[in-house]
Amino acid sequence: MTALHWATLSPFLLAILIPFLYKYVRKIHTGWFVLLLPITLFILFLQYLPTTSSGLVVMETIAWVPSLGINFTVYLDGLSLLFALLITGIGALVVLYSIYYLSNKTESLNNFYVYLLMFMGAMLGVVISDNLIVLYVFWELTSLASSLLISYWFHREKSTYGAQKSMLITVFGGFGMLGGFSLLYVMTNTFSIRGIIEQADVIAQNPLFIPAMLLVLLGAFTKSAQFPFHIWLPDAMEAPTPVSAYLHSATMVKAGIYLVARLTPVFGGVAEWFWIISAVGLFTLLWGSVSAVRQKDLKSILAFSTISQLGLIMCLLGLGSASLYSGFEGTETILFTTATLAAIFHLINHATFKGSLFMTVGIIDHETGTRDIRKLGGLMAIMPITFTISLVGLAAMAGLPPFNGFLSKEMFFTGLVNATQLDIFNMQTWGFIFPIVGWVASVFTFVYCLIMFFKTFFGKFKPENFDVKHVHEAPIGMLISPIILGSLVILIGFFPNLLTHSIIEPAISAILPDQRFYLDIYHWHGINTELLMTLGVIAFGTVIYLTAKKWMQLSIYLRERDPLNYMYDNGLIGLIKGSTKVTQMQMTGLLRDYFAYMLTFFILAIGYTFIRYEAFAIDTVNVAPISPFMWILVLIFIAATLSVPFIHHRISAVIVVGVIGFLIALFFAVFSAPDLVLTQLLVETVMVVLLLLAFYHLPELRKEKFTPRFNGVNLIISIGVGVLVTLTALSSFALSNQNGLQPISDFFLENAYKLAGGKNVVNVILVDFRGIDTLLEVLVLGIAALGVVTLIKLRMTGREDV
Amino acid sequence: MLDTILITVLVMMSISLLVCFIRVVIGPTMPDRVVALDTFGINLIGFIALLMILQRTSAYAEIILVIGILAFVGSIALAKFLERGVVIDRDRNSH
Repeated sequence: MTALHWATLSPFLLAILIPFLYKYVRKIHTGWFVLLLPITLFILFLQYLPTTSSGLVVMETIAWVPSLGINFTVYLDGLSLLFALLITGIGALVVLYSIYYLSNKTESLNNFYVYLLMFMGAMLGVVISDNLIVLYVFWELTSLASSLLISYWFHREKSTYGAQKSMLITVFGGFGMLGGFSLLYVMTNTFSIRGIIEQADVIAQNPLFIPAMLLVLLGAFTKSAQFPFHIWLPDAMEAPTPVSAYLHSATMVKAGIYLVARLTPVFGGVAEWFWIISAVGLFTLLWGSVSAVRQKDLKSILAFSTISQLGLIMCLLGLGSASLYSGFEGTETILFTTATLAAIFHLINHATFKGSLFMTVGIIDHETGTRDIRKLGGLMAIMPITFTISLVGLAAMAGLPPFNGFLSKEMFFTGLVNATQLDIFNMQTWGFIFPIVGWVASVFTFVYCLIMFFKTFFGKFKPENFDVKHVHEAPIGMLISPIILGSLVILIGFFPNLLTHSIIEPAISAILPDQRFYLDIYHWHGINTELLMTLGVIAFGTVIYLTAKKWMQLSIYLRERDPLNYMYDNGLIGLIKGSTKVTQMQMTGLLRDYFAYMLTFFILAIGYTFIRYEAFAIDTVNVAPISPFMWILVLIFIAATLSVPFIHHRISAVIVVGVIGFLIALFFAVFSAPDLVLTQLLVETVMVVLLLLAFYHLPELRKEKFTPRFNGVNLIISIGVGVLVTLTALSSFALSNQNGLQPISDFFLENAYKLAGGKNVVNVILVDFRGIDTLLEVLVLGIAALGVVTLIKLRMTGREDV
Repeated sequence: MLDTILITVLVMMSISLLVCFIRVVIGPTMPDRVVALDTFGINLIGFIALLMILQRTSAYAEIILVIGILAFVGSIALAKFLERGVVIDRDRNSH
């Protein structure tokens, strides 16, 4: 166990202690204890920065299930470190924020921090595991922790609905991903991501390559809320705001991004990967930004905004993967690494400004009691600090200079424009779509940023709209975290190169190994396409916002719920209804039906086997001669058997069954089995007496009177079973003639007296050669007798029964 | 010679069993059927005795005695059931 292993597991260990701290140290807010851990971890991970920025990696293994190749291997390179720093850094800020957001008196903090720590540990595990199975385990833990956090206020119906939805969708994707990982294992015989990347050229030829890719992408897309799996994210906004800020903007939703980035060296460079990721990302970008404009709740706007920005990052990762295409010469690839650079840069930027925005929305909610933009307004003078932070965050999100969002948006446009120059993967024909859609989505992004900004802070202050009596600025503790994030937005905006060489470069070299690139992020590119596009975004966005009164009357604006939710809801209801119907159809509760199923299956299975292997055979060798009297006896036997179903009188049926029993005994006698005859006769008589006893207990009304029901299907089934059993008997007789094996009975005949000292071979077999069978059959009789006694005597009336 | 006669007799016995069976089926009353079943059992005694001669064995001697007992028990049970509706009385002192 190295420091990195302990770092990954430490949140889980602390989570064990949380309930005790909560119970016994009531004076201090539990969050303070939690806060220490992410800060420590953040400092710990910072110490690895020199290692990764000089191009080195840390890899440590401890065995978990070595026989299956599952080891808890930590692997820390630029990409992992970037995510680890995001998780611990924003984690610390979120914990600090939550200390002021959640009250020590009214909230069950022990639950909250246990779930949050569980999530933090799981997320760290996802990003620094090198083993796919370990990654999957942590991946599912993030789903679980996320659902628990969404349903933190579990008495609200919407919370549990959101939790269930996110659970169903992300676990669905997670299972798909597990399938993809398994296929990767089948192809490469290792679960180690390093090992798989080494064999990347081999598996690209494998027919399982595409299925594995699709399944892995299913996991990534569901987790990162890509279209059409994005519907869980807006409903996850029922979680407490710190959770939304942490999980649903900065970390968990980026797990899918991480997975795509991590596996780009494995799958990248092929057309399918390129097109699926960039097209889905692009569409999600557009869909999310258009949906965000329609929302009236601040958190919903931010949720759809997150979806759209995640789509942007995903699209850029897809475009960047083109540089892994093997047909490229050295200089060409640089053109496309820009996209990857933009993706990573925007990932960091998004985490900072979206985190701060969620926190400011939380503050507004906390201080005014509402998040509805139709009720809010005029908060600028009342909450100046929140206003300033929001301004910075929204400007960054809209892509305005001098904030970091401007830089990543410029690079995003660069990436899109570069993509049109690609001459692979049919990009010559379809590449022009990328800049257009990206630009339109950016216009909508600008519009919803304007809406959020002006509707919240400008206009008239209407105190009657708010539940809270005295609306005022948040306490300073609550403001610390958003201030830090807001400062980062500005800091990265002015000095982007602080990050380039230390964090972004190693991260990109993890995504695109064996590529040389030179990075320099700066504000002024000269007047070029990208700058004009940004100016266009600002111009068009402003025009749209100014004409807001008109299009806000449109029905598309008034309907804010995503149409895909209807599909999800109806699909879920349909699934339940359908499965109930299927169950009710077959589980009729009638033994008659189950018996029919069993026999039908028997006929189909045996019949198919007969036809499939041409197993039917008739062999008349070794057939004994039939005496004339046997014909008559068999005739009676058949007649008696056939007549049973047609007898309408119970006693008569019993008598006919008695005749059949007597005849069987007689057959035994003809075929020289005296012991069987004796037993058969005794059992037969006991049966008749028992049946008569049972008749006495039948209900009075139907006494001695019954009508067998006729059913064509039953007739067919019974005839089928009879025919099949007969055919099987004939064929196995033929087989016994053909295989020439010595029957074991010769041994018994020879040795019954010699070894066991008995002349009655049947009895010697029963009690000597095969005594265990007899013992157990005696046991069966004993159990049956006890059962009968219990059934008759035990009435459960409350007093002593037996 | 003996075997031929035995088989002839067995055929005749079989026909006798067939006749008994027909009586079991057509009735018309329940006692008719019970008596027919009883006769069926008694016929079996003869049948098995003939088989013993045919197969040159004495292994079935007990069976003959057992059938005698069991046919009796079965007929009594049926008769009692037809008369009283029960086979075994609940309370022996009440009758």
